[in-house]
Amino acid sequence: MDSAAIDGARQPPARMGSRLCTRCGERKAALKRPKTLEQICRECFYVVFEDEIHRTIVDNNLFNSGDRVAIGASGGKDSTVLAYVLSELNRRHKYGLDLFLLSVDEGITGYRDDSLETVKRNEIQYGLPLKIVSYKDLYGWTMDDIVKAIGLKNNCTFCGVFRRQALDRGAALLKVDKIVTGHNADDIAETVLLNILRGDIARLSRCTFITTGEDGPIPRCKPFKYTYEKEIVMYAYFKKLDYFSTECIYSPNAYRGFAREFIKDLERMRPRAILDIIKSGENFRISTTTRMPEQGTCERCGYISSQKLCKACVLLDGLNRGLPKLGIGRTKGVSGVDSDGEQQDKRSERDRSSLQGKHGNIDF
Amino acid sequence: MAAGSAASCGGTGCGSHCSSSSSTAAEDATAESLGRLSVSRECGKCGGGVGAVAVAGGVGLCGECFRAHLFGKFKLAVTSNAMVRPTDSVLLAFSGGPASRVALQFIHEMRSKAIESWDASNSQALPVFGVAVAFVDESVLCSKPKQEIDMAIEDIKSIGFSVGIKAMHITPLEDVFSMASKDGEGRLREAVDMIDDDTGREDFLQCLRMLALQKIALENGYTKIMLGSCASAIACHVLSATVKGQGYSLPADVQYVDTRWEIPVVIPLRDCLARELSLLCELDSLKTQQHLDRPSNGINSLVASFVERLREENPSREHTIVRTAQKLKPFSFNKFSADGYHDFLPSRLRPKFQNVDNDESTFSGILCLICGSPFNESELRNLESTKHKAQKKTDLYTAHCCQSCCFQILPSGGNLYEHFFSLLPEFWTGRVDTVSVSHSLPRDQIEEYLLEDNDDS
Repeated sequence: MDSAAIDGARQPPARMGSRLCTRCGERKAALKRPKTLEQICRECFYVVFEDEIHRTIVDNNLFNSGDRVAIGASGGKDSTVLAYVLSELNRRHKYGLDLFLLSVDEGITGYRDDSLETVKRNEIQYGLPLKIVSYKDLYGWTMDDIVKAIGLKNNCTFCGVFRRQALDRGAALLKVDKIVTGHNADDIAETVLLNILRGDIARLSRCTFITTGEDGPIPRCKPFKYTYEKEIVMYAYFKKLDYFSTECIYSPNAYRGFAREFIKDLERMRPRAILDIIKSGENFRISTTTRMPEQGTCERCGYISSQKLCKACVLLDGLNRGLPKLGIGRTKGVSGVDSDGEQQDKRSERDRSSLQGKHGNIDF
Repeated sequence: MAAGSAASCGGTGCGSHCSSSSSTAAEDATAESLGRLSVSRECGKCGGGVGAVAVAGGVGLCGECFRAHLFGKFKLAVTSNAMVRPTDSVLLAFSGGPASRVALQFIHEMRSKAIESWDASNSQALPVFGVAVAFVDESVLCSKPKQEIDMAIEDIKSIGFSVGIKAMHITPLEDVFSMASKDGEGRLREAVDMIDDDTGREDFLQCLRMLALQKIALENGYTKIMLGSCASAIACHVLSATVKGQGYSLPADVQYVDTRWEIPVVIPLRDCLARELSLLCELDSLKTQQHLDRPSNGINSLVASFVERLREENPSREHTIVRTAQKLKPFSFNKFSADGYHDFLPSRLRPKFQNVDNDESTFSGILCLICGSPFNESELRNLESTKHKAQKKTDLYTAHCCQSCCFQILPSGGNLYEHFFSLLPEFWTGRVDTVSVSHSLPRDQIEEYLLEDNDDS
């Protein structure tokens, strides 16, 4: 990313409304850009926001012309804005993509059914065909069932692991070439920090890749890798985009997450720090003496896995056998990889409840 | 643990809010953690029915065993990394805080034991290493009354003497600036004032501290500098460096050994937590002096609070963070070169040394002019392209600063760069090779004839 833009953060503050946009100099400044603190008008904001995403897509060769691309759509702000911007850029810059919306129904009454309504509206608003895959169909369990069985601890682990596979299954059904998700700069920065805190060197080395799973069936990429969450919110706000903004009802109570709060404080102090964390993550070089897990395939379902059975199979096994703690917690094994474990380590339980991201094990 | 002293990043000159706590607070905190981990209240090591006062490795330990546990870690770090040769003269950097106080105590003990063995040995062939203490006096930047400052300095001296240290170097920070010019204090203040960013200012002072230590060591013939940097300080540094975009250079700062500098720097307390070291100071009544510490602002302070919260949630978190950083690739200067070690080197330690047979022995990259961070690829590319189009020396100096120092330390505005670099001592900027640039620096040649400053850099 061009640091020249970031140096805009040094501009002296001025009363909003009395200044002209620093980009076009014609219109009145309507906002301060969270990323750079530049004071610009709405139109210029749309331009810089969309242009930076376009540059990210082009510089990283995310797509080829003719690609069928599934947009992981939850109805939340990130995926709604992603769907909107990607269709717009696809048209404007002629990427030649065939876009689809792909949604996962985890079976959370009062939350997911509402957010899916939003996605159904997006289907019409953006003219993108929608496919919904459900946990019920794929695994025989809804999140409501799972929470009834295991309670509110570790439920995010189940959901996150299952969702990842669900997206891949849905993408295979749609016969797409790529999946795109709305993970933004704040998400990736948070993941880098969490992986440092957890000692997960394997994930740390992968989590800043803009494209992952290239050696697997369907690669997935994150066009919002350098896009600030606040700017996504701002864009959706000004464009009056339709999205669902409630937190999952099964999130641990009063959960804010240490790492997320820290990042918010950091952003206030130094906006460019979010990109700097990502840059650090990209520049970490793993020592050759560090043992890393080898990637193979699951014996049961063939999904990518570094253990004999993939995490989803292990967790599902646990649910079906009435052993909900199967696969939760850490046992001796290759660093950073959770393997089957029936004894739950008190400490890792404590770790997990505080360090889970909004999708459980943040496993990109 | 040791809640009252809450040393979030004890180490040399960390400027945290450390203060000695009352023993009640320490006992309460210990009792709490003993209770929380369901550990027996008796020493789990010596089993002599002695009450446990501290928890380490999940076991309650009595004072003696706790002390032995920490000393063991220190000694292991020193011996297994060959940190101190018998011929070495070690300069211990003492900040007044608990971590460097413990380092002082422990290195003194190692020395005493070595002297005993030497006395008792028949051959007395190998000498015993020497130990001296340095304290960098930053009171010129501190707004406390002179009397308080003087008392604090006297305290520092008395601590050194109480451990039997004969050579104590109390050096004012402004001495780094005083080489050619007499007005070191003025230049120091001006340079610091030119830095807008709070974090940048703190980090700049950190760099100056290291320069001051190097200067003392070089002028007095010391061969090693020992810092009290503990696991907690390292954990904070790992996160701060990450947040500042220094992921590439981060491994350089977290190893036991750092030979980037003229006098190598070692950190034997890397595996000890700040609260353990604070607790030891209390148990053994080791005096500390932190009156001259300045409060920290900015990112370093935010990280310290974050680590503090993590520690409350899981006491081992700091160790995990340090372990993660240890899995990153260190640099070639993170090993001693084998020169001068052959005589003393047991074969089991040979892998710890640079292999002179391959290129590993010399670091061929560029180090940031200000903080010493090794340059990553994009910084190297920027430097190369600047060399081709540099108009004046300042352009080269700037290109020799890493992206983090450029952002948070160098003053904003191209015209100010020149003034900033002019304040820095010659031995510092002199490290940048301005002579071997492919063409001469045009602007420098005609500078005196220019009437207008139409610099648009």
